[in-house]
Amino acid sequence: MTSEWNPRLVAFFCNWCTYTAADLAGVSRLKYASNVRVIRLMCSGRVDPQFILDALAKGADGVLIGGCHPSDCHYVEGNYKCLRRFQLLKRMLSDMGIEEGRVRLEWISAAEGEKVKTVINEMTATIKQLGPLGMPAKFEEWDKEMEHFAAAVHAQEAQKAPCAEHAQLQETAHV
Amino acid sequence: MDATKKQDVRIGFYICHCGSNIAAMVDCPAVARYVEKLPGVVLSRDYKYMCSDPGQELIQKDIKEHQLDRVVVASCSPLLHEHTFRAAVEAGGLNPFFFHMVNIREHDSWVHTNKVEATEKAKALAHAAIQRVAKHKSLEVKKVPIHPDVLVVGGGIAGIHAAMTMANAGKKVYLVEREPSIGGHMAKFDKTFPTLDCAACILTPKMSEVGSHPNITLLTYSEVAKMDGYVGNYTVTVKRKPRYVIEDQCTGCQECIANCVYKEPKFHDEFNEGLGKRKPVYIPFPQATPQVVAIDPKVCLNFRNGVLTDKCKKSCVTACGEKKAIDFTQQETVQDIKVGTIIVTTGFKTFDAKRVPQYGYGKFPNVYTALEIERLVNASGPTAGHVVMRDGREPKSIGIIHCVGSRDKKTNRWCSRVCCMYSMKLAHLLKEHTGAEIYSFYIDMRTPGKGYEEFYDKLLEEGVHFIRGRVGEVTDWAMSPEEEGKLVIRVEDTLAGYVRRIPFDMVVLATGMEPQADAQDVRRMFNMSCGSEGFFLERHPKLAPVSTFTEGIFIAGACQGPRDIPDTVAQAGAAAAEALALIDKGHIEQEPNTAFILDDECCGCKSCIPLCPYTAITFDESKKKATINEALCKGCGTCVAACPSGSIVQNLFDDEEIFSEIDGVLAHD
Repeated sequence: MTSEWNPRLVAFFCNWCTYTAADLAGVSRLKYASNVRVIRLMCSGRVDPQFILDALAKGADGVLIGGCHPSDCHYVEGNYKCLRRFQLLKRMLSDMGIEEGRVRLEWISAAEGEKVKTVINEMTATIKQLGPLGMPAKFEEWDKEMEHFAAAVHAQEAQKAPCAEHAQLQETAHV
Repeated sequence: MDATKKQDVRIGFYICHCGSNIAAMVDCPAVARYVEKLPGVVLSRDYKYMCSDPGQELIQKDIKEHQLDRVVVASCSPLLHEHTFRAAVEAGGLNPFFFHMVNIREHDSWVHTNKVEATEKAKALAHAAIQRVAKHKSLEVKKVPIHPDVLVVGGGIAGIHAAMTMANAGKKVYLVEREPSIGGHMAKFDKTFPTLDCAACILTPKMSEVGSHPNITLLTYSEVAKMDGYVGNYTVTVKRKPRYVIEDQCTGCQECIANCVYKEPKFHDEFNEGLGKRKPVYIPFPQATPQVVAIDPKVCLNFRNGVLTDKCKKSCVTACGEKKAIDFTQQETVQDIKVGTIIVTTGFKTFDAKRVPQYGYGKFPNVYTALEIERLVNASGPTAGHVVMRDGREPKSIGIIHCVGSRDKKTNRWCSRVCCMYSMKLAHLLKEHTGAEIYSFYIDMRTPGKGYEEFYDKLLEEGVHFIRGRVGEVTDWAMSPEEEGKLVIRVEDTLAGYVRRIPFDMVVLATGMEPQADAQDVRRMFNMSCGSEGFFLERHPKLAPVSTFTEGIFIAGACQGPRDIPDTVAQAGAAAAEALALIDKGHIEQEPNTAFILDDECCGCKSCIPLCPYTAITFDESKKKATINEALCKGCGTCVAACPSGSIVQNLFDDEEIFSEIDGVLAHD
């Protein structure tokens, strides 16, 4: 592998427009950054926000969603449904401290092989500047912190005289 | 827990070299070795051409010998060969959906330049597929009956040929045409290249055959307004514009035209490109099919601004007499048609020469477009075939400019393919009609076709002058006495190597072909795609040139890209054959990627119901749960993504399948 850090991108492309556009980019032998991993779905409407969160949690540095242009959806309006969810998710992501450029929704039609190339290259450049997201490492850290807290609480509880009510509280806390 | 589950499956992995298409950029043996170690993988091979017969046989043999129950092939795009490999897996005795395909050609080897990185990417994608395929379930292909009727949209030569082919095969065809008559652009042409047989002589017999064919329902002056349904079962709404004439009662005697209160034709005649005039009641051209007149409410005295005023004395109605064919109260009607397949042949638009102002079209009356010349040289045209200019003179010298609105970054970049040939045809015809000196200004002479280059040779022998160079401008500014009163073409003669000024009486612009103005609306209506230039996109440029991304919808002719008549007719025949193949099979096999509801999990929140664009989801009041009608579901998965309780499952794109794919692409560093 090259010494330079390369971001990892997961892309969810709809079968009819963006996946086909990526095929076209291939047939046209356009060259773009190799760090993107495309997952094919029938429609951008199938993109469950959990997919995006899951990809980030499992180590992706960015997620790209590609769908048909507005009013061009093969399934009439799946892309609008995707857009609605995306707007809500964006707020949640910013609350979580995930920078805006990491998750992107793009309309790319079957004819826009060139756009696949530009978007992927742009995203790669943006995320290279932002640096690794490193969610798995953060999760480990957070897990450790949680364990630490739990241990501290546990120790406190043990010091106090055990009474029935407390024991019950403790149990629910553990659940 | 997951690991033990994975151990239960026996996956076979195959990576294709695709000659050197993949192998040149991806280290295939290394990927195979990497995959071999993944849980559940029983064997992992690399092979030169997986899609070849030996490649497919290899899969089938391995399934039997190694008791494989899952197969993954890493090769080209699934849009290209998923069917091939599913069939191979099925022939090997497995359910075809125990298969997954990895795209490492279009999405990897063809788009990357670093072999190490491309190989790593292939590994990650393969890893994802291995994880995913373990979760695959056995699925059944759904068979739906197909409606045998066909709709052809557009009645140019492509639509006519496709409709005739289908009708002769015994299918019922609806042919919808926007204009009052079928015929399209070809009906306007005088002769066709390179054989110079007259366009009308070869087209009109076909037109009248269409008009009288028992299997063809001709809907002229009509447009498709809406399309619903899916392959095999489309419902199409056709809007029938009022022509103020009852088609069945009009005999085409044209007495109404002769007796119109306007004694002389005085309105813009679309068919003759405005070079001739017509009356408010008209028949577009003598061989129009159907032979039914139409009344133009924009200019008819019985209307004002298109609204019926009934103020004309209606001599046309009197002339029509007993036939009672004229009906001024006609309204736009809407008709629903049920068909199984649709052939779209909506044709092209000629480039608007005004977009190249330096050639002076619209400014100098003696600058013509090629289509106008077609009408001028035509015996049934506005001048009965006499080539006279707008000022009444016969041209003594004519300059023909090629590539107007073609091969030009400022307008259209593509070559329109027909202009070189039709320019030469017009050069020949103009010479024949007028004896004028003719110059042709070309960038490159493009004559690929049977007899085309020979036609060029013939023109050279006839003494037409060919000058290689893109014309700079057409001007009426004279620099010498012989240029006085003439149009001067200024051009760099790139073979002689100097700039020339040549005076002409008449200039002809060989305008290129463009997508129809409403191509985008048509595309949306039929759920098709367009290329960047706006022509309809074929499913595959080589292997599926008349299919679209929507099953059961085919394209033919110049709506797919510029082409000449022979190619158009060939394509129309191909589209008809594809449609016939679909219909005669009797049923459609539908991808089983539909969604269904887990009854035990559904809490009856109804979130999914308004999301479905096909109203496939309903609420079962007795069970207080949603249900999905599998026949209506098209498998987009929008409801699956929205279900708060996760109780909707999409076949082939199940949550657990996608999560394992996400896991897989990220598992490998």
